[in-house]
Amino acid sequence: MRRLRNWAPGLLLVSPSIILVGIFVYGLIGQNIATSLAQTKDRITGRVTNPGGLANYTNLLTDDRYQHALWNLLVLTVVFMTGTMLFGLLWAVLLERGVTGEGVFRSIYLFPMAISFVAAGVAWRWLLSPAQGVDQAVGLNQLFLKLGMPWLQSKWWSDSGSFNMAAMAIPAIWQLSGYIMALFLAGFRGISDDQREAARVDGASEWQLYRYVLFPQVSPVALSALIILGHMSMKMFDLIYSIAGANSYTAEVPATFMWIQLFPQSNPTGAAANATIILAIVAVVVVPYLIYTNRTEKAGR
Amino acid sequence: MFTWWADGSEKVGLDALQALFKTKYASDTFVNLAVAGGAGSNAKAKLAADLQNGNPPDSFQGHAGAELQDYIRADQIEPVNDVIQGLGGSSVFPQNLLDLLTVQGNIYSVPSNIHRANVVWSNPAVLKKANITAEPADIDAWLADMQKLKDAGVATPLTIGGTWTQVQLFETVLIADLGVDEYTKLFAAGANWESDGVKKAVAHYTKLLGYANTASDGDDWPGAVDAVIDGKAAYNVMGDWAVAEFTAKGKKDSVDYTYFAVPGTKGVFDFLADSFTLPKGAKNPGGSKDWLNLIGSAEGQKAFNLAKGSIPARTDVAPTDFPPYQQTAMASFKSDKIAPSIAHGAAVSQAWNSDISSAISKFYGSKNQATLIADLVAAAKKNAV
Repeated sequence: MRRLRNWAPGLLLVSPSIILVGIFVYGLIGQNIATSLAQTKDRITGRVTNPGGLANYTNLLTDDRYQHALWNLLVLTVVFMTGTMLFGLLWAVLLERGVTGEGVFRSIYLFPMAISFVAAGVAWRWLLSPAQGVDQAVGLNQLFLKLGMPWLQSKWWSDSGSFNMAAMAIPAIWQLSGYIMALFLAGFRGISDDQREAARVDGASEWQLYRYVLFPQVSPVALSALIILGHMSMKMFDLIYSIAGANSYTAEVPATFMWIQLFPQSNPTGAAANATIILAIVAVVVVPYLIYTNRTEKAGR
Repeated sequence: MFTWWADGSEKVGLDALQALFKTKYASDTFVNLAVAGGAGSNAKAKLAADLQNGNPPDSFQGHAGAELQDYIRADQIEPVNDVIQGLGGSSVFPQNLLDLLTVQGNIYSVPSNIHRANVVWSNPAVLKKANITAEPADIDAWLADMQKLKDAGVATPLTIGGTWTQVQLFETVLIADLGVDEYTKLFAAGANWESDGVKKAVAHYTKLLGYANTASDGDDWPGAVDAVIDGKAAYNVMGDWAVAEFTAKGKKDSVDYTYFAVPGTKGVFDFLADSFTLPKGAKNPGGSKDWLNLIGSAEGQKAFNLAKGSIPARTDVAPTDFPPYQQTAMASFKSDKIAPSIAHGAAVSQAWNSDISSAISKFYGSKNQATLIADLVAAAKKNAV
């Protein structure tokens, strides 16, 4: 009885959220997976559109179009994560060293975060216009022309090469570097000044101070930042949709392809299979991180 | 009443209809459920959810023709043969339009307005630079004119916009090279998308892109028309809603701009139409039918199309009250052969349209003609009914 009294109120307190999460997160994931395994037929022709079972997944994964989308996602994610981490860290280090007007710079770096992906996308669609040359160029290409650097002109994401999605990462980097800077800055501020002074007294150079004293202490921040960026990149839809339009093959990633499957192709089964694959890709990144933090927290207790 | 006519001339047209509906059917109430944005893509997403959940509006807008197949397949709309017959059937609507609207013997929507997609808009001041005075007779002659323009210093004789404008250009080239009968046959089951005609059209289309500006997939159409207005380019192929863009910029018909059918498609009317449906399980089918009868009536079509800038689907509306461009379009609609548009859902279902659009987007990057044809064949095999 006493043991019940110990845990019952706690359970009662969290049970609404357990039920809601159970239905609206795990229940719907289950429903999504069930949908993805269905067999479907065309109503008019009677042709089988999805064979059902795991074949739905193998069909999707062997589709050239889907592989192209996955490759685009890989390029986007790698460039986006590297760029955002580099800029975020660079700005945080610069601000952390105590520049005058820090508040102003901090706000400037953070402002892009306040704009929605869709609004930013409309502006970036123009900035990243592929047109080149004096007659046509607008946006960044025109800027490069006016600065006398015509060789910097690019077709950006409209390029037909394999790495075109690197250009799509530019707006995303612009938008999220400030956020990563804030995370790192908080990390640096959490380290007491005693440690820097001690390191300097011991004769450490500035580089050694960062390399051996400060960076190791912000590495948990870096890991969280990587996870946040990674999962944002994998589910990125709005930015790409507003820059490249509804039917762009060139800039297609699994998330935009899912929209095409669901609405124009009216193929919810294929879209559900695609969604499950996206979920699995994100899980591959997030689950080890959760296990890792769980372990380190237990060890810290 | 569900539409994506939420602003601009489309909203004015809908308001005109709404006013007329209130005077004619005072016992019905008109509820405007317009969803704005994305050329109807937002509205279609919302509509799909409502239909799926068994909560249909009393009538909704859809591109007339094959695009409605998706709803027919899902068993979400009902035939309106009786409404069409009641309105006068083939005596007031062109018979080949009705044929294109018929799916397995039934008509599922009442067309409200017609647009033409195979129109070249050109800037006579730019054409003068290369001394071009005559309308080109076919695509080859047109390409020759573009070369002349290029030699005369016009960097981009032709303008294009995002993916759907490219699909629209491609479909007009298909009509030009195949002829309207062969073109219409492409959308039947088992059609040959690898024929010499299609190959020729793809080759022509590739050459045309060589004279065009560099566009990105997400570009909208007004930019492409503006380039013609501003004298940066000579030609743009756009549906006849472009006339509103010229008017808005204060340009005069046949002085500042001229228009003609895409070379090789003279006497063909590449049509797209908006239409209204009767959803299965509509809560107020009587009101729906009143609405369909109004939109199909001569009076309703005149009120709506005058405001929207399109032309009536009925052929018995007097053209005298319409502006000059619409008058010419109404005359061609009566006499021309009618071809369905791919880009605007008259010829193909949404799924097929989406597959063709992806193929065109892919082609724009790669310029690989064999891949484009292979993709078109695959799309037809997957989607043809």
